[in-house]
Amino acid sequence: MSNILTVKNLSLSVGNEILLDGVSFEIKHGEIFALVGESGSGKSLTSLAIMQLLPEAIAVTSGNICLKKQSLFALSESKMQKVRGKSIAMIFQEPMSALNPVMTVGAQVAEVLQVHLGLKKEEMKERVLSLFKEVALKDPETRYHWYPHQLSGGQKQRVMIAIALACEPGLLIADEPTTALDVTIQAQVLQLLKTICKQRELSILFITHDMAVVSEMADRVAVMKEGKIVEQAVCKDFFTHPKHPYTQRLLADIKVKKVFHSEKKEHEPLLEVKNLKVYFPIKKGLFQRTVGIVKAVDDVSFSIGKGKTLALVGESGSGKSTIGKAILSLLEETEGMVRFEDQNLGTLNKKDLMPYRRKIQVVFQDPFSALNPRMTIANIIREGMLSLGVGPKGKVAQDKYIASLLLKVDLEASHMHRYPHEFSGGQRQRIGIARALAVEPELIICDEPTSALDVSVRTQVLALLEKLQVESGVSYLFITHDLSIVPMIADEVAVMKEGKIVEQGLVEDVMQDPKHPYTQRLLASAPKLMKEIP
Amino acid sequence: MKLVLLWTDALVWSLVVVLLIWAWVILRSPQIKKTWHTIFKSSIAMASSVVLLFYLFFTLLDSIHLRLALPDEAQKSQTVTYEAQMVSLLDLMFAHNIQHTERTYSAPFATVEYTSSIVVNKEGQTKQVYLPLKYVASDNGFWGKSLKALAVGVCVSLLLVLFHIWWREKRRFVEACKEIVQGKSALPWRTAYVTFMLLVITFIWLYMLSYSYHVLGTDKVGGDVLYQSFKSIRTGVLIGILTTLIMLPVAVILGVSAGLFGGWVDDVIQYLYTTLSSIPGVLLIAAGVLSMQVMMDNHPTWFETTLERSDLRLLFLIIILGITSWTSLCRLLRAETLKISQMEFVTAAKAFGVGKFTIIRRHIVPNLMHIILISVVLDFSGLVLAEAVLSYVGVGVDPTMHSWGNMINQARLEMAREPMVWWSLFSAFVFMFILVLAANLFSDRIQKVLDPRNNT
Repeated sequence: MSNILTVKNLSLSVGNEILLDGVSFEIKHGEIFALVGESGSGKSLTSLAIMQLLPEAIAVTSGNICLKKQSLFALSESKMQKVRGKSIAMIFQEPMSALNPVMTVGAQVAEVLQVHLGLKKEEMKERVLSLFKEVALKDPETRYHWYPHQLSGGQKQRVMIAIALACEPGLLIADEPTTALDVTIQAQVLQLLKTICKQRELSILFITHDMAVVSEMADRVAVMKEGKIVEQAVCKDFFTHPKHPYTQRLLADIKVKKVFHSEKKEHEPLLEVKNLKVYFPIKKGLFQRTVGIVKAVDDVSFSIGKGKTLALVGESGSGKSTIGKAILSLLEETEGMVRFEDQNLGTLNKKDLMPYRRKIQVVFQDPFSALNPRMTIANIIREGMLSLGVGPKGKVAQDKYIASLLLKVDLEASHMHRYPHEFSGGQRQRIGIARALAVEPELIICDEPTSALDVSVRTQVLALLEKLQVESGVSYLFITHDLSIVPMIADEVAVMKEGKIVEQGLVEDVMQDPKHPYTQRLLASAPKLMKEIP
Repeated sequence: MKLVLLWTDALVWSLVVVLLIWAWVILRSPQIKKTWHTIFKSSIAMASSVVLLFYLFFTLLDSIHLRLALPDEAQKSQTVTYEAQMVSLLDLMFAHNIQHTERTYSAPFATVEYTSSIVVNKEGQTKQVYLPLKYVASDNGFWGKSLKALAVGVCVSLLLVLFHIWWREKRRFVEACKEIVQGKSALPWRTAYVTFMLLVITFIWLYMLSYSYHVLGTDKVGGDVLYQSFKSIRTGVLIGILTTLIMLPVAVILGVSAGLFGGWVDDVIQYLYTTLSSIPGVLLIAAGVLSMQVMMDNHPTWFETTLERSDLRLLFLIIILGITSWTSLCRLLRAETLKISQMEFVTAAKAFGVGKFTIIRRHIVPNLMHIILISVVLDFSGLVLAEAVLSYVGVGVDPTMHSWGNMINQARLEMAREPMVWWSLFSAFVFMFILVLAANLFSDRIQKVLDPRNNT
């Protein structure tokens, strides 16, 4: 098979900082080539270099990129314009921002056709409809006149793929095309890309951080780390016999230790939620009349034992995070009972709630917005201690206490006087955990604490959470959309869909023998890698 | 002699105190200190802040008001009586210019009047002649005096600069000097010192020559334009700074409460600023100023001196401008508060049971500071210009008060004369232009550094 794209010894730099260092690979006709790496490893830069869309500040120091036999660096900008779209097309991570919100989706696909192929109107519409059929967009005639906001995330990504395919390119660059999507939709989009690749004999450069997706999709894999390709192999060999230590570690991180915490002993429940309902009113007009309600959480019951972890799994919009907020008594629209240590939190007023604020704490998803950028780490951690009157009094004693907390979450005591922006995502997440720990809680609500983190960092944070549980016997309510980490951390699992819990039980039972069709679908659509590992 | 504190003086000096406290706070927080360090790394920011400080210096000089005691022979009794006139330190500095009032127009550096007069000489002939100016000698030795002034200027400015370097770097004075001359210092001090020296030399040259000339000419009634221009600095700067000072608390309190509390509070505040911003600004200001003027005319006994009267009018103008201009900032702050209050660190604080006002103080306002700062410096230049426009329309400051707006307003007729009288307009224009330009350049820099969208 001939090579469609050859990247030879490509190096990029900004000033003295080297961003890419001697990257070489080739993509053969009709294959899916995956470029894997953690954030900041230079995957996206490589794709931008291929498209010749690098920011001006970045200089190409050496190397060459050839499309078939033509060197892309030798082309003028106007010729490159023709290559983009016609020979190489690209789909992006964020389908929401990649589509123009004021144009109908049909018109956006048609625009590409017009620019590159110069078709007539009727022909164009026909082409667009056939493209829509190809990407399995339901009811293409009607969708043609829809605007992007009327489509769901998965549908938007399909439209993006249709745009990319419009001019029948030989190479498709997919830059994390499914990262922003839910598992079930991710599975559909991946399947679609695979089918298209086969039907059209298209080559795909698939950029992702997700090893599981790679194992599903790729023919060949290259692993990037700090601007270098550390390992390149055929997919099957890659997963069975990783050579480079970095790759071995990455794969080890992702493989889930299936140690089910399956003690079936009944523990006394720490938290009991019964018939919890959160209905948000939709208000309209001058006098804020209620014209409808959104049932964010609809009649949910569960309980968490002391020192146990309940994982709450569901896709985005299923009401997981709302439950977390309801337990924290941060929502006014709550009905039903939240019983914590035999005390119904719903009936307490603000003042009586204070001692319970201490006992229930929260760790957030986004490590960047979870810490006030204007406060030092010490002050961030101190805030809860001051407000709830926990821990030692006096600044010196508190600083000592904070230092010990930082050590507990594997940070250094000297980090105390720094500001959040000086830390990486994983470190910030640890700070968030230290902040919650500062008030010695008995229950920590972890709201997707690992979804913004790289795989290796994710494993570290999960290990830290587990260590803390063993040490202090704290309970977790672990909210996540990622089924693959559930066996790692949870004792029990509850699956949510549209505000309701559809299935609930011990992790082992649910994962191995799902009863509800939705759970079955969720498990089926999760990338295979985790399932294959014994 | 008696020190008098006018309303606006009190505000200006309290502002200076606030600024000093703020500087102290900045020095204590390493993060904010670093930001300001980044701001001043640009030589444009350094130069424009020197210019702004120069203007501020004259504002402060003009904000110390004295009432001199009447000379002894006028005093019969024990009680000290004071002159009816109030003077500021700036007035004392330019006392010679105030006294040397000519008869009418004269061009900059002229020795005779600008227009010819009909004179009957001893022989009884009527003649058209350009009368000599009363306080300018016909042969003055312009070049000699200029040279002398420049020499003094260079010496004084150099001394001040050296003193400042010594004050900053006592230990390593010589090395610091070398670094600055080579432009290797951490901050672009060389630019700052050059700007400073240029300003000082220009000022000293103008000032020393003003003893023997009317450097920027005289106006219709023979008043010295240089003096007027310097007096106008206070009016312009005051309107620029104090208006934002009055507007800020309103905008911050209303904006933050609208964003954070939501519900009916949000509705009320939104209706308020939508209504206010849909009334034409000039109309509202004109109505306010005119009604205030009627009130002041009806109570002439409120004021001991004319200066007090015009000062109060200035204060009212500032308040009215402040009331009409908080809406846009308030809208910005509301939107930003809405965003921040949804951030997870605010939720975390709520989960700790932290009170609403602590959340505002600790989490929300510090994260709004960049917007506040940017809008303050941006509004400043706009307000200086607004004063000129309002005075031109006739609803600005008191006509007896020196301001660039009033100077421009007078120049309206002067421009129509033949030959044209251009220097009043020119001086007002130059003085205002430098101030507004410096403020704009400085605010550009602040915006560039502080706006998080620029730091991607």
